[in-house]
Amino acid sequence: MDLSQIFDATLLNSTFRYITPILLAALGGLICERVGVFNIALEGLMLWGAYFAVVGSFYTENALLGVGTAFVLGIAHAAVFGIIVIPLKGNMIVSGIALNLLIAGATIFLLRAMFGVKGAFQDPKLQGLGKINIPIVENIPVLGPILSGHSWLVYLSWVLVIAVYVLLFKTPLGLRMRGVGEQPEAAATLGVNVNWIRFGAILASGALCGLAGAQLSLGQVTLFVENMSAGRGWIAVVAVMLGQAHPFGAFLASVLFGFADSIGFRLQAYGLPTQFTGMVPYLVTLAALFVIALRRKKIAPFM
Amino acid sequence: MAVTTHTRFRALESLRPLQGPFIAIGGAMVIGALLMLLSGHNPLEAYSSMLLGAVAGPNFVNLASTLARATPIVGMGISAAIAFRAGYPNLGGEGQMVLGALTAALVGLYVPLPAPQLLPLAILAGMVVGGLWALFPAWAQLRVGVPLLISTLLLNYPAAYFASYMVTHVVRDVPSGMTQTYLIPDVLHFAKLMQGTQLHVGIFITLAVVLATWFVMQRTVVGYRVRMMGFNAQFTRYGGVNMNRMGYGVMFVSGAVAGLVGAIEVLGVNYRFIDGALQSPQYAWVGLMSALLVNSSPLGVLLAGVFFSAVQTGGFGMERVTGVPRELSRVLQAIIILFIAAQNSFSFGQGRAEERET
Repeated sequence: MDLSQIFDATLLNSTFRYITPILLAALGGLICERVGVFNIALEGLMLWGAYFAVVGSFYTENALLGVGTAFVLGIAHAAVFGIIVIPLKGNMIVSGIALNLLIAGATIFLLRAMFGVKGAFQDPKLQGLGKINIPIVENIPVLGPILSGHSWLVYLSWVLVIAVYVLLFKTPLGLRMRGVGEQPEAAATLGVNVNWIRFGAILASGALCGLAGAQLSLGQVTLFVENMSAGRGWIAVVAVMLGQAHPFGAFLASVLFGFADSIGFRLQAYGLPTQFTGMVPYLVTLAALFVIALRRKKIAPFM
Repeated sequence: MAVTTHTRFRALESLRPLQGPFIAIGGAMVIGALLMLLSGHNPLEAYSSMLLGAVAGPNFVNLASTLARATPIVGMGISAAIAFRAGYPNLGGEGQMVLGALTAALVGLYVPLPAPQLLPLAILAGMVVGGLWALFPAWAQLRVGVPLLISTLLLNYPAAYFASYMVTHVVRDVPSGMTQTYLIPDVLHFAKLMQGTQLHVGIFITLAVVLATWFVMQRTVVGYRVRMMGFNAQFTRYGGVNMNRMGYGVMFVSGAVAGLVGAIEVLGVNYRFIDGALQSPQYAWVGLMSALLVNSSPLGVLLAGVFFSAVQTGGFGMERVTGVPRELSRVLQAIIILFIAAQNSFSFGQGRAEERET
C-alpha cells in the first residue's frame, strides 16, 4: 500500500464534505454549550433535517427549498426540546435521549406513511445540491481540487464558523449569551432574560442541525437512508468538547473527525474489511475523549 | 406538592409513583391519535387492533409473542436500571448485548464440552464479555474522566462492527449465504414454551434477574449503597463506601445482564448469531426506555418492559388491520419518555430530580 495513494487531493476534498455535517451540528452544540444547555439531541435533529431536506426537495423539485424545509423543521423540532428543558425544566439528558429515539422512529414511520418505502428513499425527482466550481481557485494545483467543487452548504459552513465566532465574542448579544452560560444568576440580575437566551440557542442548534442533515442527504448523496446520521450527532457533541466550545476549535475538531470519516472509505479500496474502516470515526472520537479528559485537571462528571 | 393527610386516601397515595407514567402514556396516546387522524386513520380502530394484536389471537398466540419480545426488553431494562440507579448513564447496552450474544454463540459452536457443562458456560461467557465491555467505559470514567454517557454510546459502534466482521469473515456459515454463524447444536437450544411462537424458557431467567435485582437493591447493604451512590455520591463517599469499586461493580453487572440477554436470544430464539438481528428490534433502546418510564425500579421495569413489548407487538396487528405503519409504536414509546422527561420525574439515581437540585 503506497501512502501517497491514500493521502491525495481527492481524499482531502472528500474530507471537507464529511466535515460539514459534523461541523454544522457542532456549531449548534457549542452555541447551546455556551449558554449552559447540554444538547445531546444533535443526533436526532440532524437525522430529522436529513429526512425533511429530502421531503422538501422531492415535493418542490428544488434543492434550495429542500434545505429550507430542513432548516425550518429543524427549528420546529428544537422548539419541542426547548419547551421541555426550559419552561418545564425537564431533564436534558433524558429528553435528549428520548428525542433522538423519537426521531429515529418517526423518520422510519414517515418514510412508510409518506412514500411507502422501507430502508431508503431515492427518486429521480429528488434534487441534490450539486457542486460549485470556484473559478480561478479550481485551477490552482493541489489547493484547487481540495477547495473547489463542494456544495454551497460546505462553503456556508465555513462562513458560519466566522459568524458564530463574531456573534459570541464581538457582539453584545454574544456577551450576554456567555454570561448566561457562565453566571446565569449574575446575568439575570443585569436584566438578561436567561430562559429566552437559552431557548434561542436551542432553536439555533435546530436550524444548524437541519442544515447538517441537508448536507448528509442532499449534499453527499441524494437520498434518505434510515438512521443515516449514524452517530455523527454524537461525534459533533465530542467535537464541541474537543474544541472547548469555541467555533475555531470545533472547526479543527470537525476536520479531524471528517478526516477519520473519509479515510475509512479510502482504506476500504485497499482491501481492509468495511467493518474495520467503519469503526475508524468512532475510535478516533473515543481517542479524542481521552485527550479531552487528560487535558482537564479534574475528573469530569458522568455527563 | 400538596400531600393530603386524610387517612381515607392512604390507598390512593400509594399509587402516586404511578401517576407520572400514566400521564405520560395518556398524553402519548392523545398525540398518537392526532397523528392517526392527520394521516386519515381511525384512532379507535387502530388502538383496539393494537390491543388485540398484543394479547389476542388463537390460543393467545399474540400474548405469547408479546412475552417473547418482553424477554430481552425487560432484561435490557434491568441492565439499564442497575446502572441508572447508581447514577451511571450506561447507553452502551446494545454493544454489550451484541458481544454477549456473539460470545455465547461461539462458545456453543466451538467449545468441545458436553451439553450440561457447555450451556452454562456459553451463558456465563456471554455475561463476562458483556460485563468486560462495560468495564472499559467505567475505567475511562473513573480513572481518566471520559464522560460515560458518550463513551458508552460510541462503543456500541465498534462492538457492532466487530461482531459483523466476525460473522462476515471469520466464523461465517458460508453455505447459508447470510452473515451469520452456523447453528449451535440442538442440545443447547432452550425449550419452547409454546409451539409456533418464540416464547421459550429464557423468560424464567429474565424473571429471576428481575427478582434478584429487586432483592439486592431493596433488601441488601450493597443495593442500599448503589441507591445511595445515585442519590448523593458525595454523602456516600463520606459514609466510607469505596465509590470506585462500587462503580466498576455496577457497570460490570449492568454489562453482564446485557450480555446475558444476548446469550438468551441466541440460545432461545435464533440458535446462532445473526448480524444485526439484536439491533433492528431495538431491544436495548426499548429496554432503556422501560427503565426511564419507571425511574429504574426493578419491578417497574418488568411492567414497563411488558407494556412496551405489547405496544410493539400490537403494532403488527394495527398495521395488518388498519394499514397504519407499525413504526408508530416506536414513535409512541419515545413520546411517552418525552412526557416523563417533561414531568421531570426521572433522575439518574434514586432521588427525584427536584430533590437533587441544590
